[in-house]
Amino acid sequence: MRVVPVPGVTQHAISVAGVSHAYARPDAGVVQTLNSVSLDIRKGELLCLIGPSGCGKSTLLNIIGGLVSPTAGEVRVNGQPVRGPAPKEVAYVFQENTLFPWNTILENIKVALEFQGVPVSERQDRANQAIEAVGLSEFAHSYPHQLSGGMKQRASLARALSLQTDILLMDEPFAALDEQTRTYLGEELSVLLAATNKTIVLVTHSLTEAVFLADRVVVMTARPAEIKATINVNTGHPREPSFTTSAEFSDLRNDLYALLRDEIEKTVGGFVGRAAARDRERRAVAGEGGARS
Amino acid sequence: MKRRRFDWRARAIQIGFVVALLLLWYYLGRSGAVSAIFLPQLPRVAEKFIQIVQSASFYNNLAVTLFELIVAVAIASLFGLSIGYLVGRSRYGVLVFEPLLAGIFAVPIIVFLPLFMLFFGIDIESKIAFGATYAFFPIVLNTIGGISQVDPRFITVSHSMGANERQLFRRVLLPAALPVIVTGLRIGATIGFLAILGSEMIAGLRGLGSRISNLAEGMNTAEMFAYIVFVIILAGILNLTLSTMQRRFDEPKSAS
Repeated sequence: MRVVPVPGVTQHAISVAGVSHAYARPDAGVVQTLNSVSLDIRKGELLCLIGPSGCGKSTLLNIIGGLVSPTAGEVRVNGQPVRGPAPKEVAYVFQENTLFPWNTILENIKVALEFQGVPVSERQDRANQAIEAVGLSEFAHSYPHQLSGGMKQRASLARALSLQTDILLMDEPFAALDEQTRTYLGEELSVLLAATNKTIVLVTHSLTEAVFLADRVVVMTARPAEIKATINVNTGHPREPSFTTSAEFSDLRNDLYALLRDEIEKTVGGFVGRAAARDRERRAVAGEGGARS
Repeated sequence: MKRRRFDWRARAIQIGFVVALLLLWYYLGRSGAVSAIFLPQLPRVAEKFIQIVQSASFYNNLAVTLFELIVAVAIASLFGLSIGYLVGRSRYGVLVFEPLLAGIFAVPIIVFLPLFMLFFGIDIESKIAFGATYAFFPIVLNTIGGISQVDPRFITVSHSMGANERQLFRRVLLPAALPVIVTGLRIGATIGFLAILGSEMIAGLRGLGSRISNLAEGMNTAEMFAYIVFVIILAGILNLTLSTMQRRFDEPKSAS
């Protein structure tokens, strides 16, 4: 199934067609991480990938970004097949702090612009704009280690925004932060991104984050990852903090957890489900015997 | 890494220790318990020191040794940095060459000094070659270590933003590896200095090392000690310069 761009019709920003990925590990033979994943992402959509730890969500993200090659299938960005990093079209925010510790925040962003090939004359202005957009102007000349974890991630976001790409890939950007900070940055992100009309793919572990931010949540299975289900969140951006207390929000969150639960159990080798199954079985047997109601 | 607070007491004890040593030297010489041939009197050494720093032959010897050191360290840096970079960039290269180079460095290369004399003659060329050989190893090993231990996430991030090899080197690998590389340069220069002085003393025509061994052979211990004091001061200056340099490179990462 290949998406052929049709002139005049809205083209998908990202189109993932039958992508599989496997790698060889010295101790465990071949590990299959992705199994024939197909996914179309609309322009301006915010799509969340959620799944059990280690299921291959990040691998899928890296394949979309051209940092990892799929063993089968193809990814197209703006109709063009992905052959490697496409810094003009795709920007990244990674989980942990990936700012260069030897550069200030401002220098970090200017180096990013240099890497992307932006002329020297434009770098200063674009870097300042991006820093202002995330509210870090005061800290432009600080080194990353002088900032809190939340500020560092904001600076990473500023770096990604300064590249002015249509597509933003975020790999668990708030995972290393405490919950309050994470919630707050999520709200900020919703406001910030509502104004940019970027296409965003966000990998997350957090159900709350997924429902709060996404237009569409893609639930992935345990390894080898396939797409298990897709959930639409039909509330417009930017979303108010009050959205998290709505009935719609908790329904969606519960649906999502129900979908994920089996997969998480497979990953962690949990006993809750198995114990419950045994219990049911025992009851059924007892029921047949007529000993209990 | 937090910077240690300056501790006056520790510094006072250090100075006191050196002063005590000098006093011991002074009184041992004055009491006549130790022959002046083995341990010349401190005032005699001071006198000789003032004499030699006013003599032309001293400056010739100093110039020879410093020239040898500078050329040796330059050669060692050229090869050490470039080979270290090439090896450090490849995981397989590190796997193969890092243990090999570390193994050769563990060999006491001084036993090959006669070979250096055969190849390069008895004058400064053999001292430069020998000093450069010794200085090369810490430089190449630290460069390999520094380059190969750059956090791979920084490299991934840079590639994702479109960095080419030259930009990657200049903006990521070099700044990330610099503190380790500068440490290598410091150790290389120190060991190179040692190797040059040693090879001059064993077989040399010119330079501070050969002057010291000539004076020892002529039983001219007071002047020999004056030269030794000078070499100690020189080594101190060298070390101070290099460690100041090193601190400067460490700063952006550790400043608080």
